[in-house]
Amino acid sequence: MSEPLKFTYPVDGDNFTSAGQASVQVKKVLRRLGLDPETIRRVSIAMYEGEINMVIHAGGGEAEVLIYEDNVQIILRDKGPGIADIEQAMQEGFSTAPDNIRSLGFGAGMGLPNMKRYTDDMRIESEVGVGTTITMRVDL
Amino acid sequence: MTVQTLAGLEGVRALTCPEPEREIRGVYIGDLLSWVMGRAEADNVWITIMTNINIVAVASLADTSCILLAEGVTPEQSVLDTAEAKGVNILQSAKPIYETAMQLREFV
Ligand SMILES: Nc1ncnc2c1ncn2[C@@H]1O[C@H](COP(=O)(O)OP(=O)(O)OP(=O)(O)O)[C@@H](O)[C@H]1O
Ligand SMILES: [Mg+2]
Repeated sequence: MSEPLKFTYPVDGDNFTSAGQASVQVKKVLRRLGLDPETIRRVSIAMYEGEINMVIHAGGGEAEVLIYEDNVQIILRDKGPGIADIEQAMQEGFSTAPDNIRSLGFGAGMGLPNMKRYTDDMRIESEVGVGTTITMRVDL
Repeated sequence: MTVQTLAGLEGVRALTCPEPEREIRGVYIGDLLSWVMGRAEADNVWITIMTNINIVAVASLADTSCILLAEGVTPEQSVLDTAEAKGVNILQSAKPIYETAMQLREFV
């Protein structure tokens, strides 16, 4: 198998207004590679939801995107508080987002479900007090 | 209908219009950003009253044809500048959401 194209982005946990920059960058890269618009849309939204979650819930982290011939992998790593009950977090409508975040339109508890829906595979590894790693794959 | 045509409707005006020729297909209405990302389709008009900077990224990544702000709400200039730079059309309607949506009915 040939080497994937690899991109790494730091995700700043303090800067809410610039949140989403990594996803916007990745969208540009995928466009340049000529992927079809619906695939780009799925990758972009899934990554943005994960990126925003790292900013809101984990104080930032790191996003890595690997582009293979037949799939795109997105790996999001943070050293935040972790997710105690992953099954509960995955439910539509579950959110621990604070009020100031909700007033911006986040906190509907739809981010993780969207990530699952828009990707072909999604895995969450999380340990309370240590951090969370989410790996997603979109097949091309 | 194109975004430019939409911007010409009564009570509607363009706050940014870097992509005037974009075609509009369908409408999605909502203020909760993850709902929009989960339910809106590419090329939809997205009607909302949210004006913070995150709407630009959401519209861009969800690939909507434009944001249509109802109730005459106006974002800060920095939001408009970012939208212009990112190629995101932002229109504004003076009317409430229901009337704004009804106005679009015959076009989409
Ligand atoms: N990286 C993370 N670290 C710690 N907790 C997380 C992380 N991602 C998600 N969570 C937890 O899972 C919950 C559900 O996440 P989800 O993205 O579905 O909803 P939300 O972020 O609260 O709202 P929305 O995504 O709709 O704006 C969060 O409220 C939070 O408690
Ligand atoms: Mg979320």
